[in-house]
Amino acid sequence: MYNFLTGPMVWITFLVVVVGLTYHVVTYIRGLDWRLDRVGYRPNMQHGLKGAARSIFFWILPWGSHGWRAKPLFTLLFFSFHIGLLFTPIFLEAHNIMLKDSWGIRLPGISAGLADFLSWVVVIGGIFLILRRIAYPEVRILTSAYDYMLIVIAVSPFLTGLIARYNVGNYDFWLLIHIITGHVWLLSLVFTKLNHVVLFFLSRAQLGMDYGIKRGGMKGTQMTW
Amino acid sequence: MPEGILCNKQPIVTDEQLKLTLGDKSGKQYYAEMEQLEVDTDKLWSTIQNTMKSRLKTWLNICAKCGLCADSCFLYECNDRDPRQVPSAKIHATLGEIVKRKGKVDNAFMRKCMDIAWSWCTCCNRCGQFCPHGIDMGVMFSYTRGLLFSQGFVPWELKIGSGMHRVYKAQMDVTTEDWVDTCEWMADENSEEWPGLEIPVDKEDADIMYTLNAREAKHYPEDIAEAAILFHVAGENWTVPSEGWEQTSLTIFAGDWEGCKQQVLHVYDAIERLRPKRVVGTECGHAHRATVIEGPYWAGREDGQPPRPYIHYVEWLAEMLRTGRIKIDPAKRIKEPVTLQDSCNYVRNQGLKNITREIMSYLVEPGYFVEMAPNKEYNYCCGGGGGFNGIGKYRPQRNIALLKKREQILATGCKLVVAPCHNCWDAIRDLEEEYPIGIRWSFLKPLVIKMMIVPDHLKPQDEEGEEE
Ligand code: SF4
Ligand code: SF4
Ligand code: SF4
Repeated sequence: MYNFLTGPMVWITFLVVVVGLTYHVVTYIRGLDWRLDRVGYRPNMQHGLKGAARSIFFWILPWGSHGWRAKPLFTLLFFSFHIGLLFTPIFLEAHNIMLKDSWGIRLPGISAGLADFLSWVVVIGGIFLILRRIAYPEVRILTSAYDYMLIVIAVSPFLTGLIARYNVGNYDFWLLIHIITGHVWLLSLVFTKLNHVVLFFLSRAQLGMDYGIKRGGMKGTQMTW
Repeated sequence: MPEGILCNKQPIVTDEQLKLTLGDKSGKQYYAEMEQLEVDTDKLWSTIQNTMKSRLKTWLNICAKCGLCADSCFLYECNDRDPRQVPSAKIHATLGEIVKRKGKVDNAFMRKCMDIAWSWCTCCNRCGQFCPHGIDMGVMFSYTRGLLFSQGFVPWELKIGSGMHRVYKAQMDVTTEDWVDTCEWMADENSEEWPGLEIPVDKEDADIMYTLNAREAKHYPEDIAEAAILFHVAGENWTVPSEGWEQTSLTIFAGDWEGCKQQVLHVYDAIERLRPKRVVGTECGHAHRATVIEGPYWAGREDGQPPRPYIHYVEWLAEMLRTGRIKIDPAKRIKEPVTLQDSCNYVRNQGLKNITREIMSYLVEPGYFVEMAPNKEYNYCCGGGGGFNGIGKYRPQRNIALLKKREQILATGCKLVVAPCHNCWDAIRDLEEEYPIGIRWSFLKPLVIKMMIVPDHLKPQDEEGEEE
C-alpha cells in the first residue's frame, strides 16, 4: 500500500494534475470570445496583456489592490493560508528527499521549524476560515457543505503531516493518512473548485484585459481594481 | 397560456404593438399575463450552452463564496446589509440556479429572477473591483437580463423601451421629422441672443458629429440648444445627423442584444454617411457605454472601436477649456462647495475620471471642490442606474437605493452637485424629491454657458453695429 501510494500512484496523480490543469487552461483560453465577452482581445493585445499583468500583480501582492486593502485582516489570513498551502509541500525537506530518490532532482529545502510553522498557519487559518463562514451572515448565506469540504481537503494533509511528525499515535498510520490526503489534495486541484489554482490567474487576466482594453486602459487611465 | 398578448417572448417591432403595450396602464395586464407565461426551458438551456463560455462559466464555478464582494454593493448596504443582497448570493440564487437545473425552471422562478435582475442590481460593476477572482456581477446580471428578456420576463417599461428603439430608432417616439423640427426650433428660438447660431443637420465632412439622448429631443430641448451654443462659441464645425442621432439604448438595460445591435448601427451608419472627423456624445453615461464602449462589439467590430473616434461630452469640454476655445470668466467661477457625481458608465467603465476633475478645476474657485467618498472608479451608483430609474414596479426599491448617494452627498456638505450623466441627474433630482436635503444639481452645459466669456463678435449687435 505504502509503496504503491508513494510509487506508481504519485506518477498517476501528477499526470492527472498536469493533464487536468492544462485542460482547464486550454479550454478557458479557447472559450474566450471577443463577441460574447465584448473585449477586443486580439487587435489590442498589447493593452490587454498589460492590463492582465497589472491585474494579477496587484492581486497576488498582499494589500496590493484596493479590494485587499478594504479588508486588511482577511487579507492577512488569506495570504498566510495560501503561502503555507503552496510553499510548504514544495519545499518540505521530506518531500524533496523523495523527489531526489525517484527523479534525481531536488529543490531547496526549508528548515523543519519553518515547515512546522507554516503547517500550523494552514491549520489555524483553515479553522479561522470555517469560523468566519459561521460567524458572518454575509458569508454564511453563501456557504454550503461543499465549501466546508474544500477547506477540510485543503487542510488535511497539513494536519495529518503534523500529527505524524510529532509522533502522536501510530506514526505509520498517520503517515499513510497523510499520503492519502495528499493525493486527494492534489487531485482536487483538477476536480473541484480548487482548480482556482490556475483559473484564478486566467480569470484575473481576463478581467485585466477587459480593463486594459476597454474599461480605461486605452484611455490611459490605469485602474488598480 | 403559453404567451400573452402583451407579455410574450417576441420583442415589440410594430407601432401597433407598441401603442397596445403602452396603453396598458402601468403594465397591469402585462404583469398579469406574465404570471401565465410559459418558460421555454429547452431554448433557455441551449442559449446558455451556446453563450456561457469561459468567463461566465468559470466565474460561476470558481466563486470562492468568500463574501468579500458584500460591502462593495451599495444595494447590500442600503438594504440593511441583507445577506440575500450579497452580489454572489444574488447571482447564485438566479443565474446559478438556472444553470444548476439545466434551464428547467418555472414561471414563478423566472419572475423572481426578474425582480432580482432589475431591482437588486444596477449592473454598476462596482463589486467586480473587490472580488479576488475578478468576478463581475454587473456583467453576470447583464447576461442574466438577456436570458430573461428572451423569455419575455422583462419589466413592462423596458419591454416598451426596447420596442421604442426597434420601431422609432430612439428610446422615445421621436420621429426623424420631430427631431429635425426640434433642431430648427431650437436654433430659431436662440438666434436672437446668439446671432448666427445654427444646428446644422446632415452636414458632410464636419469636424464633429453630435449625438444625444432622445429624452433631450422630447423633454429637454434646451439641452440641444445649450450644446449648439457651446459648439458655436468654440467655433466648431459640427453637425447632427437626421437619422442615427439617438445615442442611448434602453435595449442595454432590457437585455435585448439584437435591439442593441440595431440601435448602434443606426448611429454608425450616420457616421459612415456623414464622415465626421470625430463624434461627440452628450452628457449621458449609459449612452456612451452603449454606443462607444459596448456598441462596437454588437456591431461586430473586432477592434472594439466605433468607426470614428467617439468621445464623451466631458472629453470634448475639457479639451475646449484646456485649449482656451472656451474661456471661463474668473469672476463667475463657482464659489460654494460643489461636488461631482462620477458616472459608473464612463468613469468605472472607461476610465474618464481625471477629465471631469480637470473640468472642475476650470469651473470652481480653488478650495471649493469637494470629493465624494469613495470616488472615481470606486464611486457608488447614483441609485438609479441600469434602468432602475424608469421601472414603476420597482420604485420602492429604487427609492431605498438612493440612500447611498444621499449619504455621500450629505457627507460632502455641498448643496450643489455636478452630474454629467442623464441618469445620475434624474436620480439626484428624485433624491431631492424623495428625501429633501436642499441640494441643487446640474449638467455641465448650463454651468459653462453661465460662466464663459462670450467673444464680442458672437454677441448680439444693435442696429448701429454697437454692442448691446
Ligand atoms: S468576492 Fe468574488 S469569490 Fe468572493 S464571494 Fe464574491 S464573487 Fe465570490
Ligand atoms: S453590479 Fe453593482 S449593484 Fe450589481 S451586485 Fe455588483 S455592486 Fe451590486
Ligand atoms: S446612472 Fe450614473 S451612477 Fe447610476 S449606474 Fe448609471 S452611470 Fe452609474
